[in-house]
Amino acid sequence: MTKVTTVLTFLLTFFTTNPAYTASAQLQLKPVDIDLSDKASLQRGARTFMNYCLTCHSASYMRYNRMGKDLGLTDEQVKASLMFASEKVGETMTIAMRPDDAKKWFGSIPPDLSVISRARGADWLYSYFQTFYLDNKKVMGTNNSTFKNVGMPHVLWQDQGYLQKGTNGDLTRLSEGDLSKDEYDEMARDLVNFLAYIGEPSKIQRLALGKWVLIYLALFFFVAYPLKKVIWEDITK
Amino acid sequence: MTNTVDTDKRRFLTNATTVVGSIGAIAVTIPFISSLSPSAKARAAGAPVEVDISKLEVGQLLTIEWRGKPVFVFRRSEESLSALANLKTELRDPHSEELSQQPSYCKNDLRSIRQDLMVLVGICTHLGCAPTYRPELAPEDLGPDWQGGFFCPCHGSTFDLAGRVYQSVPAPTNLVVPPHYFINDNKLLIGTEKMEAA
Amino acid sequence: MRLIDWIDARFPATKFVKAHLSEYYAPRNFNFWYYFGFLALIILILQIVTGIFLTMHYKPDTALAFASVEYIMRDVPWGWLIRYLHSTGASAFFVVIYLHMFRGLLYGSYKEPRELVWIFGMLIYLTLMAEAFMGYLLPWGQMSFWGAQVIISLFGAIPYIGEGLALWIRGDFVVADATLNRFFAFHVIALPLVLLGLVVAHITALHEVGSNNPDGVDIKKTKDEQGIPLDGIAFHPYYSSKDLVGLIVFLFIFSLILFYMPEFGGWFLEKDNFIPANPLQTPEHIVPLWYFTPFYAILRAVPDKLFGVMAMGGAIVVLFLIPWLDRSPVRSIRYRGPLFRIALSIFTISFLALGYLGTQPATGLYTSLAQVFSVLYFSFFILMPIYTSLDKDQPVPQRVTEK
Repeated sequence: MTKVTTVLTFLLTFFTTNPAYTASAQLQLKPVDIDLSDKASLQRGARTFMNYCLTCHSASYMRYNRMGKDLGLTDEQVKASLMFASEKVGETMTIAMRPDDAKKWFGSIPPDLSVISRARGADWLYSYFQTFYLDNKKVMGTNNSTFKNVGMPHVLWQDQGYLQKGTNGDLTRLSEGDLSKDEYDEMARDLVNFLAYIGEPSKIQRLALGKWVLIYLALFFFVAYPLKKVIWEDITK
Repeated sequence: MTNTVDTDKRRFLTNATTVVGSIGAIAVTIPFISSLSPSAKARAAGAPVEVDISKLEVGQLLTIEWRGKPVFVFRRSEESLSALANLKTELRDPHSEELSQQPSYCKNDLRSIRQDLMVLVGICTHLGCAPTYRPELAPEDLGPDWQGGFFCPCHGSTFDLAGRVYQSVPAPTNLVVPPHYFINDNKLLIGTEKMEAA
Repeated sequence: MRLIDWIDARFPATKFVKAHLSEYYAPRNFNFWYYFGFLALIILILQIVTGIFLTMHYKPDTALAFASVEYIMRDVPWGWLIRYLHSTGASAFFVVIYLHMFRGLLYGSYKEPRELVWIFGMLIYLTLMAEAFMGYLLPWGQMSFWGAQVIISLFGAIPYIGEGLALWIRGDFVVADATLNRFFAFHVIALPLVLLGLVVAHITALHEVGSNNPDGVDIKKTKDEQGIPLDGIAFHPYYSSKDLVGLIVFLFIFSLILFYMPEFGGWFLEKDNFIPANPLQTPEHIVPLWYFTPFYAILRAVPDKLFGVMAMGGAIVVLFLIPWLDRSPVRSIRYRGPLFRIALSIFTISFLALGYLGTQPATGLYTSLAQVFSVLYFSFFILMPIYTSLDKDQPVPQRVTEK
């Protein structure tokens, strides 16, 4: 069933994607698989998110206990391993940093990440995490070829290492990070998976309910259509 | 029109369509009806409240907000405990027979888990005013027989220090004891009954 | 005495049911195109019901609106379903209405004696556009804000009073809290009331003159001894059972979109609308929602602000005039001559092409194409009195045909 829906979704998306967005996408985005049923990936992504993102970015529409429930964690597990600032599991993922300070430090306010995956798309986010490079013209020392002149530094540099940009625009490795390339790709993928999840947590319920609604309607059709036919026998005979 | 219409088949299909259609129609109402129950936000706001009772002195009363309601937490003295034991006939429901007014673990004469520590929802069972805390003995306005308790300024209902309602006042039942438990000697959690698996 | 007799003595319940359902005689030859009126009515009900429930959680305040939508999507039990029903329903409404209108063009349903049916229908369409436009501001995303900003600015093109009018509509110097609050009021109460009134008028007018059909034959001309049209069948149970099947098929497609792709690739819910409105930063591409794009393309095709706005308004006004522009005595395309067939084909292609061009950036070739198709769009109407008079129509049968 999931395979069928994936193929269906792909086909429909292919024919229907709003050209306003494809037209603007001159950059080559790296495709990424989003799988909300991969709980382990979501949990790893959540950990990365809490450690690296949730210091400057909030996700102020997302509740910790909702995340725990969807990721298969108890409230206590969430409290013990994923919560640092907030006190209660029912609260949303807010941060202590004041917007004014953020503006002073980064030049702009780091956006709330609750629905960032729906605004940017998963592929964009995945590419973004892959395309930080050293740029000594920037205050932060890094730039990003997916998001030009972004105010955010390369937070994951210890894991990825540093890339540099050649004259032809290609990014090449300058220094090794703690993780191999594959491991880093996996880390970025988990993080994007998690961002996609918090973008629309109800997607899990949506997909689960969808097939039952379609089955019901198919069943309904198989009684309503014969009924129409027998009623219309009056006229067609 | 011909007379060859299969009425049985027609009746069967009409019934089947009606049944299947009705099931669908009923199912559709579920999300709409559920959408009116408390949201995750309301539930988070109504989550259990932790209270630090280490600095609560004898006789002192703390007012805590839980689900938008005032909850009184206070420490009773030895004297008032013994005074409570002597009150029986003056009260409407001395043994907390009205089960809806307290959790089962507080269905005792002192209406508490720990003798000294009392937890009550501070809303008069008459018409919802907030009763005032009057722990002193025999004050001028309440008369020489006053053993300490709660006095509702709206319609004069009186309760003892276990929240038990006196006879011949407008309030019909004892004050409500909310679900609560002691995390440890110094910490009280209001709004939930049992320790969740840590 | 039975309850129904008691009621009937005081209220025309049975009479009403008979007049509009069990003894409303519709032509027997309705085809695929005749589902969409019924479906539009169902979607109207869906939008009203889901809208009422969304109103219970939504906050029309620029500081709270965006968050309240996400609150509905996450915190309200089943809120996501209700919201997606409403957002998908909005687009479905226009799909169905456009098909319904196209049916009218195909079979001449606007022609005498159904001019008022058509006029009421056009008013519904116009109100629906206002309803959709105002509703789209409510999520308070970037597209909400900038879409409203651009459309309201169009009023500024009107000479002398334009700027003042735009200011008055917004109630502020930019689209702001005042605008959001008044759009909310229009969207949730004022326009829905107008819509309901117009729908009643549309159906009343239709049931007065009777439904047209794919042959364009007047079924009331041939009646039996009881005065029932020979080619007419009771709406209930014949069309009620048929429309139910149509509804199920529609709901299947609708659910497929709602549950598996509620954004519909950015057509139904635009990506930029997941960024809160920011008056200081315009999104890269401001595109109206797909159902407005044909008119948006016409607007941009004209290189002058005032004339562009007039062309856009004119594109809708000409639709009202069709009943009088069409001079042919024949209703249905089945018996029309080649000129009308060609004209309608060109019009349809132009409308779809303009719809596509409205989503594209207004540059070079695209603008030239939009100009060509705009001219073709208007030619359909302006030349209609000529080509419908000259056309070689075929004889129309006396009775409806089996097909």
